[in-house]
Amino acid sequence: MAETTVSPATQTEKEEWFGKKERKLLVDPIDNDNPVTVQVLGVCSALAVTTMVEPALIMAISVTLVTGFSNLIISLMRKGIPKQIRMIVQLVVIAFLVTVVEQVLKAYNYEVWNKLSVFIGLSITNCIVMGRLEAYAMANKPWRSFLDGIGNGAGYGLILIIIAVIREITGKGALMGFKIIGPSADYLINTQTSALFGWYQPNGLMVLPASALFLVGILIWIQRSRNRKLVDVS
Amino acid sequence: MGDLINIFFKSAFIENMVLSYFIGMCSFLAVSKSVKTAVGLGGAVIFVLALTVPINWLISVPILGADGIFKTDLTFLRFILFIATIAASVQLVEMAVEKYSPSLYNALGIFLPLITVNCAILGAALFMVAREYDFAEATVYGIGSGIGWAIAIIAMAAIREKIRYSNVPAPLRGLGIAFILTGLMGIAFMSLMGINPANYLN
Repeated sequence: MAETTVSPATQTEKEEWFGKKERKLLVDPIDNDNPVTVQVLGVCSALAVTTMVEPALIMAISVTLVTGFSNLIISLMRKGIPKQIRMIVQLVVIAFLVTVVEQVLKAYNYEVWNKLSVFIGLSITNCIVMGRLEAYAMANKPWRSFLDGIGNGAGYGLILIIIAVIREITGKGALMGFKIIGPSADYLINTQTSALFGWYQPNGLMVLPASALFLVGILIWIQRSRNRKLVDVS
Repeated sequence: MGDLINIFFKSAFIENMVLSYFIGMCSFLAVSKSVKTAVGLGGAVIFVLALTVPINWLISVPILGADGIFKTDLTFLRFILFIATIAASVQLVEMAVEKYSPSLYNALGIFLPLITVNCAILGAALFMVAREYDFAEATVYGIGSGIGWAIAIIAMAAIREKIRYSNVPAPLRGLGIAFILTGLMGIAFMSLMGINPANYLN
């Protein structure tokens, strides 16, 4: 579990509502300290939900909410939690929030709930949530912990959505269920009549789970060639 | 009996937790650097899964189910109860192992507490609910998916030990290549998908 740098200087400085440090907390996890590609947290439930954009989007939003609010709650309680039982306290808080998210989704979008219920349940053990609680919320003030949680959830969501967009367009020729390119008149670009796009074939490999892993591997490759500091030296 | 064997092979090979659902990836990627530690963690996961899946079945069907002892549908409580069961059983297992077999405790030591947050354990419990297994099926499913997880992590560790001698592009080294390897292993395991073990039993 990679610890992010939290300088002790933040304690002594004058508290700002939304200063440079706060913005850094939100923006850093989106690229340079991304929970999926740099900290290797939360890959578990990430990859199975990315064949289409809609479930990926819902998963991203629910994980962002859960990380944000669990960070907030644990940070508020951090002085009262005995060290020996902190894992169980954290798990109960996370499980409570995940249950709330799951029940709301079940009430408003039953179809997606049906597909995602196992994976939403798994965000309880999603390492991002636990990892941020341990690394940040246990030692920092509530407002900053909340921002850290939202930032990390967003970084995770961004990776989910990038992968889901690539997989849905190349695998199904669609985006959010809207048909873009394919071999019939239902699609926006009909490959049977269009001379320009006649070469297009939906790629069956992209629908298979394995392609998500290749895409994450390639994303890591791109990110690390851009930012040499992240290269694994071992 | 045939059904149980079928579930066992399905959960261990055909619908392997890691390679076809990507569950338990965090520790799969973090602990697969050497075969020795992978064997330790794999063993611990088999044990904990074989223990917690039947216990969680007992919680979810006779207690929380609509026909259970409270005669009401309490399934919305299952996340909290499942994770509490898992945390408590891991803690119990840790204490029991420490008392009765210190050598095994030293071998597994750091991995036992990690298992609480291994998605494979909770994942198996949730899949067991989603697929409506009965008690015997749930037990076999727990053991089978534990063995499947152990096979996957040991194979991965063996590959990663070898790949240290290959010339991987620097930005891809470590995590990047591990992802791509897992994808390739997933494709290899997919070739088992068409097999229905039931055909060979009669």
